[in-house]
Amino acid sequence: MDFTLRVWRQAAPGTPGRFVDYPAPGISPDASFLEMLDVVNERLIEQGHEPIAFSHDCREGICGSCAMMIDGVAHGPVAGAAACQVHMRSFRTGARVTIEPWRSVAFPVIKDLVTDRSALDRIIQAGGFITAPTGGARDANEILVPKDAADAAMDAASCIGCGACVAACPNGSASLFTAAKLTHLGLLPQGQPERSRRTLGMVAQMDREHFGHCTLFGECQDACPKQISIDAIARMNRDYLHAVITARPERSGGGTG
Amino acid sequence: MTGQTRAVNARVPPGPLETKWERHKFDMKLVSPANKRKYTIIVVGTGLAGASAAATLSELGYRVIGITYHDSPRRAHSIAAQGGINAAKNYPNDGDSIFRLFYDTIKGGDFRAREANVYRLAEVSANIIDQCVAQGVPFAREYGGLLANRSFGGAQVSRTFYARGQTGQQLLLGAYQALERQIGRGAVDMHPHMEMLDLLVIDGRARGIVARDLITGQVQSFVGDAVVLATGGYGNVFYLSTNARMSNATAIWRAYKRGAALANPCFTQIHPTCIPVSGDYQSKLTLMSESLRNDGRVWVPARGGDARAPGDIPEAERDYYLERKYPAFGNLAPRDIASRAAKQVCDEGRGVGPAGLGVYLDFRDAIQRLGAGTIADRYGNLFEMYERITDEDPYRVPMRIYPAVHYTMGGLWVDYNLMSTVPGLHVIGEANFSDHGANRLGASALMQGLADGYFILPYTIGDYLASAKLARVEANGPEVRAIEADVAQRTQRLLAIKGRRTVDAFHRQLGRIVWEKCGMARNDAGLREALAEIPQLRAEFWENVAVPGTGESLNQALEKAGRVADFLELAELMCLDALQRTESCGAHFREESQTADGEALRDDEHFAYAAAWQYAGEGNAPLVAKEPLAFETVHLSQRSYK
Ligand SMILES: Cc1cc2nc3c(=O)[nH]c(=O)nc-3n(C[C@H](O)[C@H](O)[C@H](O)COP(=O)(O)OP(=O)(O)OC[C@H]3O[C@@H](n4cnc5c(N)ncnc54)[C@H](O)[C@@H]3O)c2cc1C
Ligand code: FES
Repeated sequence: MDFTLRVWRQAAPGTPGRFVDYPAPGISPDASFLEMLDVVNERLIEQGHEPIAFSHDCREGICGSCAMMIDGVAHGPVAGAAACQVHMRSFRTGARVTIEPWRSVAFPVIKDLVTDRSALDRIIQAGGFITAPTGGARDANEILVPKDAADAAMDAASCIGCGACVAACPNGSASLFTAAKLTHLGLLPQGQPERSRRTLGMVAQMDREHFGHCTLFGECQDACPKQISIDAIARMNRDYLHAVITARPERSGGGTG
Repeated sequence: MTGQTRAVNARVPPGPLETKWERHKFDMKLVSPANKRKYTIIVVGTGLAGASAAATLSELGYRVIGITYHDSPRRAHSIAAQGGINAAKNYPNDGDSIFRLFYDTIKGGDFRAREANVYRLAEVSANIIDQCVAQGVPFAREYGGLLANRSFGGAQVSRTFYARGQTGQQLLLGAYQALERQIGRGAVDMHPHMEMLDLLVIDGRARGIVARDLITGQVQSFVGDAVVLATGGYGNVFYLSTNARMSNATAIWRAYKRGAALANPCFTQIHPTCIPVSGDYQSKLTLMSESLRNDGRVWVPARGGDARAPGDIPEAERDYYLERKYPAFGNLAPRDIASRAAKQVCDEGRGVGPAGLGVYLDFRDAIQRLGAGTIADRYGNLFEMYERITDEDPYRVPMRIYPAVHYTMGGLWVDYNLMSTVPGLHVIGEANFSDHGANRLGASALMQGLADGYFILPYTIGDYLASAKLARVEANGPEVRAIEADVAQRTQRLLAIKGRRTVDAFHRQLGRIVWEKCGMARNDAGLREALAEIPQLRAEFWENVAVPGTGESLNQALEKAGRVADFLELAELMCLDALQRTESCGAHFREESQTADGEALRDDEHFAYAAAWQYAGEGNAPLVAKEPLAFETVHLSQRSYK
């Protein structure tokens, strides 16, 4: 198959970028999208040019590294797939394919298609965990988790942290990412003690990171390679309201003796 | 660094196997709570092993510096593990125990692992599940709310815990979240996008690392009191493997060149159930979880060259070769055996698919027996993944699978305390050689990574810190500066070659050599050929590799070049190791050493040891020290799955 790629090239953060056209002839329909980029990059290197920088690692849709807008769609044309799981047979031969990095103020471009998504880690730091230091855990089967709760928690927990939800959202909101983690932990008995604290912390951090507000467009769930449902956001909003209403100042315990 | 082989001492504590670890924990020196914060530990890697260790050490009060080349700790290769994690919980009441898990692991490893380490692994396995559940890992559950278990590759009990086909992801997110909590508190100083390129050994002790910031290109040092490498396996030496694309050997290789012994590098696991190669653009191989073998039946046409569609081949003309050859285990035969059997039938010309390099994994009977719904419940996401890649529907057409490189049992040699031969350098997870002998059982890598990180290293490193007298190291001192200069110069050298062949082209060629000559079957002549070809390829690499761009910004071609340069050296050591071990054991199959019916033939009299290779300087042949493996509890027997 033959393609023409229109790729965003940007040398460094804060420098101007531009689209550059590259021919991509002779591509196998069974090649993945990233393998197609590999082939193009090999050719560029052989001609002494710098290859197109893009993030990738697992190439099976689980590490969340790959991140690109393909013809304006986060992760490209295949529903429920990350860019690395898209195969060239999903495109028409002769097509012109536009490839851009995630566009979001919270994800500055590092180079070409590579962006800085560390804001997502900071949202997790702000409460996306259950405090359970190593050691001292009781026997695992002493905590009963109904199967449907475990399954629903797993659905939410399957988020790969790629940031497609942010890239797809007209407001650049990270609500689906944040809500998925809140849902995962909030559905489990182990997650109850910190539930309100977690919600307040993560939502506040989301705001600090310059993500936009959620107005329930729903673009995020369509872009999500794990098809996480927007219901998570409704749940987050309920929990947030509850947490705000019941919030009490935290006291440190212990004393001095 | 030339001269004599240094003996290795595993420092296994005395006493009965069952009480060694308990007693050792008591005998080890402790660092008092107030003193812990005076020690800085550098943890390289944030996979299961590294993230669990960094979080735990920080919870204990140590100062921790975390290093990863990924943009976030959550992206480590561990995230991709699918099938599950073993633990001797015996929840299903089917006769499992610490001893059975220990025994299975020793036997599965074909008696080439250290008993004491393996016993301890089995002992702490149950704590791992408790810890992960406390963190909120959403393991699969039964309707009553209890944890679900399944049996997994080669085990006759159900001891595997799982979270759909995403067990590694969920375990890693648990450890990652614990780590992020510590980062948020300011207790772990985390450096993503930072690649370790050398180890700082000062006065004979590991005191830090030299790394390159992958975004700015800046070379910088991190100094401290101990270093932990949790940098994963080196399966990508083969170019094509199931490992994530960036996984590499640089950290352990540089440690080796600074004096850490590297053990059993030729022990590499070839996983039997992967999607076959489809073309020369192929960048990695996708694993189809081994759990599929619980319900899928493996077969090839009985006669070679049978080009009929699988559905048109009648029952009598199919060869269910695993069931035929290994009636007791059938389709669940251990990985090394199942892989070799697949290679054998393909070598006989009975392979299926375009290149004849594939065998069927067929769900027809299971679907008839259980219904498509049950099969979808069990393997739905895997079937989907298969269809997405191959464009074939496994509910209707049998899957095609072929073995692929998956895991490396070899790694840096460590003693009972998980310390390498360089004092202060500890090695955990897949990066060390410790627990799996010559073959790893399914669902045991996740167990080992988390055992090392949560429950073993945090104790044993305290013993080192409390016993060692550590002088202050100046980050700006001449020794540190000299190694930084080395690293920067190497980077410049790669950029200055300006050759014509891409890094990937060299890597692919290297991969082909190692796959053909040091892969599923090895022999003297082939290994000697590889030992001639690899240095030639390496020489060509240093003259003709093309690395565009500069060293002052993100340069992925440069990153790759450095990693492949190290693979080009490691591959040679793998072949040397395979050459000296003239027995067959586990995944290491020497064609010269097989039984009459073609099974691996061990030679315990001469090879019951771990081979700990030591760097002897540029241009000198490496030296090998042998750690004898004493089997005090388990009787050495020929492994049989018939
Ligand atoms: C597809 C697949 C499926 C698997 N499924 C299972 C399973 O079901 N059950 C099971 O038990 N095992 C499974 N395994 C094996 C298991 O996943 C791995 O052995 C295990 O996750 C390794 O963990 P680790 O922590 O040792 O290293 P990794 O997870 O590989 O982490 C390595 C870390 O080191 C960092 N690093 C490496 N080098 C450097 C450097 N030079 N500088 C800075 N950072 C560096 C990386 O950034 C990364 O953070 C599977 C493996 C594969 C490939
Ligand atoms: S490369 Fe890992 S999700 Fe795409």
